[in-house]
Amino acid sequence: MLIKQSSDIPSSEITSKSGYMSRRKFITGAAATGAAVAAGFYLRSTDETHVVEANNALPGVIKSPLSTTEKPNTLQDITNYNNYYEFSTDKYEPNGLATNFRSRPWNVSLEGLVKKPKKLDIDTIMKLAPLEERIYRHRCVEGWSMVIPWVGFPLSALIKAAEPLGKAKYVAFETLFAPNQMPNQKSGLLAWPYVEGLRMDEAMHPLTILAVGLYGEALPNVDGAPVRLVVPWKYGFKGIKAIVKVSFVENMPPTTWNRMASNEYGFYSNVNPQVDHPRWSQAKERRIGEFLKRPTLMFNGYSDQVASLYSGMDLRKNY
Amino acid sequence: MKGLKVLTFLLCLGPASVLLWKGFQSILGANPIDVITRTTGRWTLIFLLVTLSVSPLRKILEMPWLIRFRRMLGLFAFFYGSLHLMTYVWLDKFFDVHEMLHDIFKRRFITAGMTAFALMLPLALTSTTGWIRRLGGKRWRALHRLIYFSAAAGVIHFIWLVKADLRRPFTYGAVLLLLLAFRAFQWGIARVRSRSQAPVVHAETR
Repeated sequence: MLIKQSSDIPSSEITSKSGYMSRRKFITGAAATGAAVAAGFYLRSTDETHVVEANNALPGVIKSPLSTTEKPNTLQDITNYNNYYEFSTDKYEPNGLATNFRSRPWNVSLEGLVKKPKKLDIDTIMKLAPLEERIYRHRCVEGWSMVIPWVGFPLSALIKAAEPLGKAKYVAFETLFAPNQMPNQKSGLLAWPYVEGLRMDEAMHPLTILAVGLYGEALPNVDGAPVRLVVPWKYGFKGIKAIVKVSFVENMPPTTWNRMASNEYGFYSNVNPQVDHPRWSQAKERRIGEFLKRPTLMFNGYSDQVASLYSGMDLRKNY
Repeated sequence: MKGLKVLTFLLCLGPASVLLWKGFQSILGANPIDVITRTTGRWTLIFLLVTLSVSPLRKILEMPWLIRFRRMLGLFAFFYGSLHLMTYVWLDKFFDVHEMLHDIFKRRFITAGMTAFALMLPLALTSTTGWIRRLGGKRWRALHRLIYFSAAAGVIHFIWLVKADLRRPFTYGAVLLLLLAFRAFQWGIARVRSRSQAPVVHAETR
């Protein structure tokens, strides 16, 4: 029987004392760094419990036949490239600036020409109708676009809950005004709070939704948490974020960008490749993630569903 | 001096290198073409303003040797301006000449931007010592005053393209006004001096 000698490790493989001491130092150092980083993350997460809460998956979300089959943009792109002037006029900054935004507790006031004014808290709002995934094209007035998998429900469900009177012809929306949370509201760049509006038939249209989620989870702060408007055939700025007030009115309500520059942004602001922004063309768009520009479609590709809302209207005048 | 020039040259290449590096790392964000457009545009304006500040600085700081950096800085303004224009021609319009011509005549911010670049072109071409000699110092200096108009067109280009936040373009505008005001002031002083000296000269000749 042959027994192999086990002690034939070449001396070159035996680590010198100084060698293993410095390795130990390195490991201790690395461990300390790791602990510090972990502690940092822990402190961050305890400091921002609402963020953790906002990352919970929404239960019972159903698919919708109104969704597009196009490939959605990544969550990374959707949350790191958007306009949210309440936080910053830069499209890359809002995500960082919105992390401490408090989207709970949250109430939305329903008022104006309604049977009885009322306030609904966000949890009640989220139960007004079954939550649906709506994958929509999103076209910004600046000439870029995305495909976004929203989670929400038809705005018509909220309107029914509000019980508007027959006289109500328009719906007006208002964003939260909280300069301590939304730093750019301290500037006079736009007339705060942000306001938007829809004609009643536009508001009741099945494509018009209130979004409360994105990619199956609660809506991130940067995209308008806890509740925002999404009207896929209109330019993105019509989709007012962080809504606190919905009022029903008889006359066309003022809208923020229209007040800012009425020759550039109309009340309707339907996506229309034939009507240019006075300063740039709207014929093409850059889909985020694509190299070549693609042609912009009439009503952002939702013509079949919405063109009838505007029959007989001169869309060059009613831009 | 030579070492300082090499250092300045490398520093001036910084913004382009960062852009290139980020591009290769794919960390230019969701809309890389937008970032490239904005970054090259911003640095064109910055280099125009830096070039324009050489003359005032050498007088205020009494460092006449600063003039030796002016040509390089001006050419870097042209370099970033060319990159900015290339981004538009290639990545935005994909060499569609018809569409670009339409833009130049219809979109006033494009008109202003193209003007700013067109005004830089003769300055870059006549930036060599040979051309200074050929034109003669006086004519060369007169031609190179076009930079005032190029920078002004650049600022207007920026003002006309923003949606609401005018703070940045106005900051560039304010710096430009300051730099031009310094020149106007100097020119005014020179005139007053030459006027007050004129009668003295006259009296002496009589």
